[in-house]
Amino acid sequence: MAKKITAPLTAETVKDLRAGDSVLISGTIYTGRDLAHKRLTDSLKAGEKLPFDLAGAVIYYVGPSPAKPGKVIGSAGPTTSYRMDAYSPLLMEKGLRGMVGKGNRTQPVLDAMKKHGAVYFAAVGGAAALIARTIKAAKVIAYDDLGPEAVRELQVEDFPAIVINDMYGGDLYEAGVAKYRKE
Amino acid sequence: MKEIQFETIKDAVAKLCIDANCLLGDDVVQAFKDGLKIEESPAGKDILNQLLDNEQIARKEMMPICQDTGWAVVWVEMGSGARVQGGELYDAIQQGVAKGYKDGYLRKSIVKDPLRRENTKDNTPAIIYADIVPGDGLEITVQPKGGGSENMSEVKMLSASDGAEGIKKFVVDRVARSKANPCPPVIVGVGIGGTFEKCAMLAKHSLLREIGSVHPDPFYAEMEKELLERVNKLGIGPQGLGGRVTALAVFIEAFPCHIATMPCAVNINCHAARHQSVTL
Ligand code: SF4
Repeated sequence: MAKKITAPLTAETVKDLRAGDSVLISGTIYTGRDLAHKRLTDSLKAGEKLPFDLAGAVIYYVGPSPAKPGKVIGSAGPTTSYRMDAYSPLLMEKGLRGMVGKGNRTQPVLDAMKKHGAVYFAAVGGAAALIARTIKAAKVIAYDDLGPEAVRELQVEDFPAIVINDMYGGDLYEAGVAKYRKE
Repeated sequence: MKEIQFETIKDAVAKLCIDANCLLGDDVVQAFKDGLKIEESPAGKDILNQLLDNEQIARKEMMPICQDTGWAVVWVEMGSGARVQGGELYDAIQQGVAKGYKDGYLRKSIVKDPLRRENTKDNTPAIIYADIVPGDGLEITVQPKGGGSENMSEVKMLSASDGAEGIKKFVVDRVARSKANPCPPVIVGVGIGGTFEKCAMLAKHSLLREIGSVHPDPFYAEMEKELLERVNKLGIGPQGLGGRVTALAVFIEAFPCHIATMPCAVNINCHAARHQSVTL
């Protein structure tokens, strides 16, 4: 049974999640990928205000395809997360509690998740038309010049994801693969 | 001489870009269904079902299967008896790609320079590989290639003494190290032989083969079968959550080799294994 959770995430919600949990996320999340992460980090280092509040925030690593007329967004599946690893620890230090992407994270990210109480979810990579159905509103709130890489505020309803890494060191990728590896 | 109009080529390329991104091949859909029969992991089965649903939604709404609508890799076989009327072939292809990515609401994923990274805003330039062949036809294939799986690809200059086992180890290891990143279940394209860059092109070209087709050379047919088995023992499974179906197929293309070399390239394709062709 999938757990229904609300974004932004509270500390309690994060504490409650374990690697392997299926979740349905509703509420407000933000998109950000490579270049947006670089700009967010540069802003933080320069002491500037960010385009959104990081407290409890969930960032979805996605560069959606353009919306067709009458649609709120185009296809919107996750991009590979490790490219954001250089930036994520600082964002978590400043309040980020959830990341949605695909693929394995590196140790500094996992350590920061434990330290700051954050969770890493995977959405199904390539199931982008299906996922788009759970996105009810989208607006660009920063870095419009980056096109697909702009930061968007999304309103989501029952956005499906699965907990890969929890704040206790649980790792679904490790556990899952170990279970099915032969020889 | 058969004359083919510039605009005809441009429009055909635009349509290929849109169709390739929104309509997944029957062979891929069948491979998901076959995968469901052998997948043991409940999460893995769930993902294969979601990929089937996704394919249906994309087809019905003509929206991209994946938001990463890729580099437009374009393979051209031009008959020596064909010529383009009203402009240059390469211009027609580039303009067709720009039109297709705009009209089809496809994502523009190309930056002008690898270090300065400013988006070209129309997904050009396309990567074009053209060959002159006998006849007077013009065959064009568009193969949108996603970045996530491209990042898990590699060329290695092996020695002849590494033998077939050296190649196999490299291929299996490359998939193992890719883990969840290239959106498994993947298709593994393998190029063996040629020069450094030819080898990589062989690997990319191999990804155009139909899933389920058997390599015409029994030696490589056997190697493909063994590699698929070994890759699927890794346990990575759909989306890397653990399971049986890590790869849907392994395709090999081999080419003559220099006496001093044995290059091998692995080009990973995700399950969004997209390509469409037309003959004008
Ligand atoms: S690897 Fe393929 S399926 Fe995954 S996000 Fe990239 S293009 Fe889409």
